[in-house]
Amino acid sequence: MTESVTEAVNAAGGLADGRLLPWPDVDGEPFWQFARQGELRVQTCADCGRRRFPPRPACPRCHSFDSTWQLTSGRGRIWSFVIAHPPLLPAYAKDAPYPVAVVELDDDPSIRLVGTLTTSVRRPDAPLNAVPVNRLRIGAPVQAVFQTLAPGVTVPRWALLNS
Amino acid sequence: MLKDRTAVVGIGQTRFAKHLDEPEKTLACRAVLAALDDAGIDPGEVDGLASFTMEETDEVELAKSIGAGDITFFSRTGFGGGGSCATVAHLAMAVAGGQANVGVAWRARKRGSGVRPWTNTSVQLPTPAQWTRPFGLLRPADEIGMLARRYMHEYGATRDHLFNVALACRNRANQNPAAVMYERPLTREMYMDARWISEPLCLYDNCLETDGALACVIVSADRARDCRRKPVYIHSAAQGLPAQHHGMVNYWNDDPLTGPAWAAARHLWKNSDLGPGDVDVAQIYDAFTPLIPLSLEGYGFCGRGEGAAFTEGGALELGGRLPINTGGGGLSEGYVHGFNLITEGVKQLRGTSTSQVPDAATCLVTAGEGVPTSALLLRA
Repeated sequence: MTESVTEAVNAAGGLADGRLLPWPDVDGEPFWQFARQGELRVQTCADCGRRRFPPRPACPRCHSFDSTWQLTSGRGRIWSFVIAHPPLLPAYAKDAPYPVAVVELDDDPSIRLVGTLTTSVRRPDAPLNAVPVNRLRIGAPVQAVFQTLAPGVTVPRWALLNS
Repeated sequence: MLKDRTAVVGIGQTRFAKHLDEPEKTLACRAVLAALDDAGIDPGEVDGLASFTMEETDEVELAKSIGAGDITFFSRTGFGGGGSCATVAHLAMAVAGGQANVGVAWRARKRGSGVRPWTNTSVQLPTPAQWTRPFGLLRPADEIGMLARRYMHEYGATRDHLFNVALACRNRANQNPAAVMYERPLTREMYMDARWISEPLCLYDNCLETDGALACVIVSADRARDCRRKPVYIHSAAQGLPAQHHGMVNYWNDDPLTGPAWAAARHLWKNSDLGPGDVDVAQIYDAFTPLIPLSLEGYGFCGRGEGAAFTEGGALELGGRLPINTGGGGLSEGYVHGFNLITEGVKQLRGTSTSQVPDAATCLVTAGEGVPTSALLLRA
């Protein structure tokens, strides 16, 4: 697909069944393009090797403007989570209460990503509330899976692994 | 150095309510004119203005409505409630630096006004939203709830600690006839049984949604001595945007639980003759209860991780170690982006609060924590 994720989100009007799609900025666009290929990649300074998230134009450590996108294993642990209850936008309220987690990556715990949870790596399309609240704990291991929300728009989410 | 060179000499406010009929611009004008009247200063003398970037009534509209003179200084501060104290700080700098003589800071807010991105799907949000909102992390309560659970996990904080915060604010509101929650006491049972908003935060961990407007008037210390009211001196002021900070979704730096309060506090105390132990009463920004323990740590009232325990034993109540939010705060008086915390600080140092701390001589006022913030140390 040659279309950018930004174009795909625009074509969808920013929404998929009332759910919000990511509006990438210039720096974030590559992240979403790799997600569309099923890869979780993190922006990495081409000069000093420091990973950074969210993506931005320059390395805050060495000030280089050159970066690469490093593949991660997609494994991580829950750093924190909330259970969202209404009032919420209608498309989210219908699945509430649902958990949202911040996950720290095993490859680099200083990189953390927000995401929804699913019960298994085989169920990337499970509803927002698929994981029972009593299965959640800080430190629980998770694996990135990829859910296509609209044509050309794919987001990572997190499958809870047995621990 | 800003130290005691300027003072707040007038405060004004409208009624607070879930809904006020008058438009926001009218409310802004009423609050500003009330503050000038309180100071005994003619509106034609106003030559400095400061507000929030989120303020809907702009300088042109306000100045021409109140009959201000030539305005020679005007500024806006961003990041929502994080800018509250900065409005006063900017005017203090402008007056001390000779850019204005009579400064007015104000904030008018109605529930329906401005862009509320978490209720409007058509609004394209600034950069960080792409990393959070598609995943259903939609509201400020969700964003702060995430930090709150981590804080509880790391330091053994409990919902009872958050209740201590909610209760202290509600108790003060119950003494303040102007507070939205004046006649609505809160019990532990009500708190523990309340509906969730974003677990671990329940209804009572969230501030009110309020219509209202407030303003205050800043002049030089020399001028202040001739004003109608007892001057309240701006002893120290600070803004804080710490290194590698990410706004309310501050999950992406090494230490997400060390927020902007820490950066603002370092500067505030550095330029002050006083320390945290000298503070008689504090008005701490309370959009959400967890911001209180985080701010208590940031401003140095206790060590890292000790903010929750600090709230025990009635420490935040009148007569406690550090009475806070003596008008009821954003949680129980009204949520007007923290501006009522500034005016309440002034009332304490004038000796006119409805929950007066005896002989209060020093008051800390803070702005939104979790976003680029600001703070004032006021002195009688």
